[in-house]
Amino acid sequence: MNRDLYGKLIFELSHQGRRGFSLPRNEFPAYEIPAGLRRETPLGLPQVDEPTVVRHYTNSSNNNFGVDTGFYPLGSCTMKYNPKINDEMAADPVMSRLHPLQPQSTTQGALKAYYTLQQMLSEIGGMAEFTLNPFAGAHGELTGLMTIHAYHDSREDWARTKVIVPDSAHGTNPASAAVCGYEIVEVKSMADGTVDVADLKSKLGPDIAAMMMTNPNTVGMFEKNIPEIAKAVHDCGALMYYDGANLNPMLGVARPGDMGFDVMHINLHKTFSTPHGGGGPGSGPVGVRAGLEQFLPNPRVVKNADGTYSAICDDSALGRISSWIGNFAVDLRALSYILSLGAENLKMVGPLSTLNANYIMHALRDLYLLPIEGPCKHEFVFDGLADKSTGVTTLNVAKRLLDFGFHAPTIYFPLLFHESLMIEPTETESRETLDAFIAAMRQIAKEAAETPDLVKDAPHNTPISHPDDTEAALHPVVTWAELN
Amino acid sequence: MHRYLPHTEQDIEQMLQACHAKALDDLYCDVPAELRLKRDYDLPAEMSEKEVRDFFASLRDDCRTLTCFGGAGFYDHYSPAVISAITSRSEFLTAYTPYQPEISQGTLQYIFEYQSMMTALTGLDVSNASMYDGATATAEAMMMCVAAARKKNRVLISATVNPIVADVCRTYARYHKIALEVIPEKDGVTSRAEFEEMMQAGDVAGVIVAAPNYYGIVEDYAGYADLCHSKKALLVMNCPASALAAVRTPGEWGADIAVGDAQSLGMPLNYGGPYLGYMCTTKALIRKMPGRIVGATKDRDGKRVFVLTLQAREQHIRREKATSNICSNQGLMALYATVYLSLMGPEGLKQVNALSIDGAHYLAGQLESTGKMSLQYPDKPFAYEFLMRLSDGITADRVIDACLAQGIFAGVKVADDMLLIACTEMQTKADMDKYASIVNSL
Repeated sequence: MNRDLYGKLIFELSHQGRRGFSLPRNEFPAYEIPAGLRRETPLGLPQVDEPTVVRHYTNSSNNNFGVDTGFYPLGSCTMKYNPKINDEMAADPVMSRLHPLQPQSTTQGALKAYYTLQQMLSEIGGMAEFTLNPFAGAHGELTGLMTIHAYHDSREDWARTKVIVPDSAHGTNPASAAVCGYEIVEVKSMADGTVDVADLKSKLGPDIAAMMMTNPNTVGMFEKNIPEIAKAVHDCGALMYYDGANLNPMLGVARPGDMGFDVMHINLHKTFSTPHGGGGPGSGPVGVRAGLEQFLPNPRVVKNADGTYSAICDDSALGRISSWIGNFAVDLRALSYILSLGAENLKMVGPLSTLNANYIMHALRDLYLLPIEGPCKHEFVFDGLADKSTGVTTLNVAKRLLDFGFHAPTIYFPLLFHESLMIEPTETESRETLDAFIAAMRQIAKEAAETPDLVKDAPHNTPISHPDDTEAALHPVVTWAELN
Repeated sequence: MHRYLPHTEQDIEQMLQACHAKALDDLYCDVPAELRLKRDYDLPAEMSEKEVRDFFASLRDDCRTLTCFGGAGFYDHYSPAVISAITSRSEFLTAYTPYQPEISQGTLQYIFEYQSMMTALTGLDVSNASMYDGATATAEAMMMCVAAARKKNRVLISATVNPIVADVCRTYARYHKIALEVIPEKDGVTSRAEFEEMMQAGDVAGVIVAAPNYYGIVEDYAGYADLCHSKKALLVMNCPASALAAVRTPGEWGADIAVGDAQSLGMPLNYGGPYLGYMCTTKALIRKMPGRIVGATKDRDGKRVFVLTLQAREQHIRREKATSNICSNQGLMALYATVYLSLMGPEGLKQVNALSIDGAHYLAGQLESTGKMSLQYPDKPFAYEFLMRLSDGITADRVIDACLAQGIFAGVKVADDMLLIACTEMQTKADMDKYASIVNSL
């Protein structure tokens, strides 16, 4: 692209008097908001014509990498293919125009969609009921923890002020527990990356409200002691919370409800293929086992005896955690995905995602340090290059991968290892793609030994070179006004 | 295999061999047998694309679009064709959070533009990259007040804030151990006397008010910021984003935090989501702000580029000490707002507000002239939304049902005899006349 012409900010394309809007004629008498109550400051928005806007953002999109562009082996993010039919169903010309508070007799189809997806997720999670109201995974965690809090409160069990989180957990787990007012108790991992059950048992007691876990965990290992863990946690009166970020490999294999979890969330933008959108909108439905349904947030969507659907609010529930019933159009995409796959294909998602991960792991373990043995699930972690003498870091490897046309894996997470390189291929990648990725990773290992500076100075072929993050944080410039 | 799954039988066989496994099941040898799902999911069988389309068509048939006079925080504005053309570009749509700036300048640049536009609208210094919706953004602002104040946990919220927003704040407050108290209203606006009284103890961390308020009234907040600051409390203003082109801004009032829903900036109603929560604040409070922030810097070649910055506030670095647990936000919806504001510019946004505000005053007049309803707060200035009290014998349900029969959503029922009515550029004068004639016939 012509960077001089198209590399600018939209503000730099502004010319007094240009317009990009189209509005109906104003046929009404003018009303003026009284002085002192109306805006006086000029509005510093750009003035741009429509073709310029379109070209600006089209060129801007060319500087972006999405799942449709190439392979995205981003651990714990499940960057699978986002089917196109889902987008079209979500943009339904009628459902996309429904006002949340319009009479429910005119929104029955939308409520049915919500209810149907809620039921499907309950079957997949092994739960009694789901709410689709939470907007994202972290919002689901928070909602799930509030649900657990409401449960303990209903029993007047006020002493439970702490939540247990493994040291390998996603950062959102402790952060969500803190927002929910809980203290965090960290439980250690053993050498194989799974929860240290002895350490856990020493921390259980009448002050524990819940234990948060992903399974498989963030190093991609199945927590095989989960029955023992769940029993111990339940014996102390606490509940088990399942972080669904890693649900993908369990599809068709095992259900969180059957593992002993009481409350869970699902990231629809991971396991159920809705697009990440460069950081949202996601959707983080929360499911609960039988006996906890009444603690889910308002509004709840129910099916009435006459076959109609209602969105209802009642006083006994958690209260609202969202304006209405969540990111509805995202939920429609997940519904379209489940219907498109059907029961017979959905059960293949888990095993094939696990096969892809193991295939890469086996093909690279001679050149990259594999800290944990055994079959991984949908993802696994290398602790950087096996040869530590080259000085090439995980960050260097990640940046060099960009030159090969691949997105980088998740790096420096989990915190259990110094040079974590976390790879999750998902089930929608072909063997040829995996082979090309493996070849690139092997090439990088070779370069690290032979021409380490080539790797350390990467990337070389991306739209921009390495940015100065330190300067950005030291002297934050976060608006167009500050640039000038 | 299904069209989303590239594996052939031969691929699976050879890949298993490479993994020293005989069957896919071998890869799950660590999952205890008693935990295994030994049956298929009880879900429908695979549908062809056409069948999926037919299923959604059946859902659509059970829904009805209406001429929408309902607001209450959700507004039926026009979404220009350019928006869907740009936001459906899969380079934007299918990207992850821009953690790799070298291949994410598209996302980072539009978020920088979004932040710039939101600060222009609110009159504050800095904006984050988005929150979930207006209600959760307000709850986050409430928690930010308490975090910034240290050792104070009392927050006041005006009774004229949208009750849905207040409900969400109440839920968060309960678990975050915040004492959230309501400043009563008087004649449709925040009671100034009671606000001043409640501030006296000096233990308030933040005050939340709305502009325009729930009833559409543009309140006078003169002196609010000064009193808050003299008591070391932060002033939070909740404003629907589009209205900020018309009403006195949080910056002009001297507020510290502006939050609200930006759904009014080109996003379809979508039966409640996805929308776009926004949050702006002062430069002094930037490190207390939740959510992602994009900043400008230079790359190795000296080019101006954009990166996620000040990440030390965030959950993936700070874990339980983070300013919030927010991770995924509403990134793509920020692109909706950015493209919308690029197209509208200052003049377009001014005209949208004029259409909505002028239309609302016209409709209020037409409805009052029926003699069947009257403004509940006739002496208060309102913008594009107003509260009507119905005459004896006419209930809100009756108005709603009569209008529904003619394809009109009459407004949001606030009480049995109260209707909250909103206008945007989407309703014509003819629509309003039709509404008034239906009311007239009751």
